[in-house]
Amino acid sequence: MRQRLPLMVGSAIVAFAAVVAILAPLLVPHDPFAQNLSARFVPPAWMQGGSTVHLLGTDQNGRDYFSRLILGTRISMMIGFSTIVVSGLIGTTLGMLGGYFGGWVDRVVMFLVSCRLAIPLILVALTVVAMVGSSLTVVMLTLGLLLWERFAVVSRSATMQVAKLEFVSAAWCAGCSRLWIILREILPNILHHLIVIATIDMAIAILLEAALSFLGLGVPPPLPSWGLMIAEAKDYMFFKPWVIEIPGLALLVLVLGINLLGDGLRDALGAETER
Amino acid sequence: MVRYLLRSLLLATLVCLTVLVISFALARFGGNLAINLAGPDASTESIARIEHQLGLDRPLPVQFLDWADRALHGDFGESFLFHESVAQLIKEHLPVTFALGLLAIAIAIVVALPLGIAAALNEGTAIDVAIGMLTLAGQAIPSFWLGLMLIIWFGVDLGWLPISGVDDWTGYILPAVVLAFVAIPAMLRLTRGGMVDALRADYIRTARAKGLSRVSIVLKHALRNAAMPIVAVSAVQLGFILGGSVVTEVVFNVRGVGYLAWESIQKGDFPVIQAVVLLFALVFIVLTLLADLLNAALDPRLRTV
Repeated sequence: MRQRLPLMVGSAIVAFAAVVAILAPLLVPHDPFAQNLSARFVPPAWMQGGSTVHLLGTDQNGRDYFSRLILGTRISMMIGFSTIVVSGLIGTTLGMLGGYFGGWVDRVVMFLVSCRLAIPLILVALTVVAMVGSSLTVVMLTLGLLLWERFAVVSRSATMQVAKLEFVSAAWCAGCSRLWIILREILPNILHHLIVIATIDMAIAILLEAALSFLGLGVPPPLPSWGLMIAEAKDYMFFKPWVIEIPGLALLVLVLGINLLGDGLRDALGAETER
Repeated sequence: MVRYLLRSLLLATLVCLTVLVISFALARFGGNLAINLAGPDASTESIARIEHQLGLDRPLPVQFLDWADRALHGDFGESFLFHESVAQLIKEHLPVTFALGLLAIAIAIVVALPLGIAAALNEGTAIDVAIGMLTLAGQAIPSFWLGLMLIIWFGVDLGWLPISGVDDWTGYILPAVVLAFVAIPAMLRLTRGGMVDALRADYIRTARAKGLSRVSIVLKHALRNAAMPIVAVSAVQLGFILGGSVVTEVVFNVRGVGYLAWESIQKGDFPVIQAVVLLFALVFIVLTLLADLLNAALDPRLRTV
C-alpha cells in the first residue's frame, strides 16, 4: 500500500491538472485578460478584505488571479506534453539507432549526446527565444529540441539489453526487416523506460518554461504563464507575498505530482532508470 | 589506460569544436546582425558600413575561422553594449559566479552526503521514504521562486541576510543555497544508491564478521567505495550549476557572468553571448573529462575498456 501511495497521489494531481488544462476556457469564472484598475490587488478570499468574487484575489492590473491560474495550467501542461513529444521522438530515434546498430552509429549518437550536455541549456534557450521572438510555439519547440538527451541515453541502453534477447534473434531469423525489429520487437519492450523518462522530462520542461518566462524570454505577456505571473508580480512581493506564493505553489504541486507519478510508475513497471 | 585516456581526450576535443561552431552559429540564425544593430530605419549604406566593419560581408566559413582563431586566443572582440573587450568583461564577472558555484557545491555535498547515507542505512524504513519524499519535493521547487521566497523570509521578515547583491560574504549565502538545490537531489540519490550497493557487498559482511564498529564500517569501508561516483557527479553538477547561474544571479541581482549573459541576450550583444556560451560549455567539458579520468584512475576495471 505504501508503495502505491505516491503513484496514486501523483496520478491524481496530473489527471486533475490535465482536466483543468483541457476545460480551462469553461472553468474560468472571469476573463483572465480583463483588467480592472479599480480592483487591483484584491486579496484572496481567506485573507482580510478578500471576497469570494475573486477566490485568489486579483493581480497588479486587477485581473482575476484564479482565472489566470487556471489558464496557466493549460500553458504548463501544453509545454510539458509538446516537449516530451518532440524530445521523445528525437531522443528515442537516436538512442534506438545507436543501441541497435552499435559501432560507429553508436559513437555518433553518444557524441551528439555529449555535445548536447555541454551546451548550457538555459543560456541557449534564452538566446534562441530572444532571437526568434517569444511565443508559446517557439518555447515549446526550443525545449523539445534541447531536452532529448535523457531519452537517447536511456533508450540506447535499454535497446542494447533487449536486442540481445532471443525473441529478437528469432525475428531476425524469421526474415523480419531491421525497421520491423526496431519498431515492433524492441520498442514495445523498452516503452516502460520511456514512460518514466517522459515524466522526468515533462517536469523539467515545465520548470524551464517557468524560468524562461520569469526571465522575460519565454511565453510573452499577457498570457498567464505561472513563471510570467511571478515575474510580473515580483515588484509587489514584499507587501503582497501571495501574488508570488500562489503561482509558485501551483508550479510546485504540479511538478511534484509529475515526479511522484514518475517514481510510482518506475516502481510499478519495474524500470530501473536512474534519474 | 592510455587508450582510454586518448579516447576521452579525442571525444572532448571533438565536442569542443562542435560547441565552437554552435556558439558561432547562435549569433547568425537570428537574421541579419547588421540590420539588428543599425536599427529598423537605418539606410542601406550604414548597414553596409556596419557589415563591413564587423566583417560580415565575408564568406561564412572565413568569418567562422577568423572568429574561432581569435576566440581560441582569448579574443572575443568588443561588446556592442559596454564598448569594452569581452574578455575583460568576463574576467570581471567570473570570480563571483565561480565563488557562488563552489559554495553551492560545498553546501550540496554537506547536505546530500549525510542524508544519502542515512537513507541507505535505513533502507526501506520510514526514514528512507521521508528522505526520498524530501528529494522529490526539492526537485519540484522552481529555483527562481525559492530564491524570491528566501528573500522574503530571510531578507525581509527576519532581516538576517541582504536581499540583493554580494557586497559582503553574507550576500553569497542565499544564492548559493538556491544553486545547491539544483544539485542536491541527484547527489543524494547517487549517495544512497552507492551506499546501498556497498553495504550489501561481501567485504562489508567480512568487516562485520571481524567485529569492526558500525561507524568504521560505514565511513571507512562502504563510503570509500561509494565515494567515487559522488566525486564524479559533483564535477558534472558544478557544470550544471554554472549553467543555471543566470536565473539565480538575476533573482539576487548578483553581477556575475550569468547576469552579464542575461543583459547581453536582451540587448542582442552577441560577442558576449557567444563568449559566455563557449565558456560555460568548455568548463563543463573539462569538468566531465576530469570526472572521467578520475573514475578511470580510481577504478582499475575501467582501464581495460
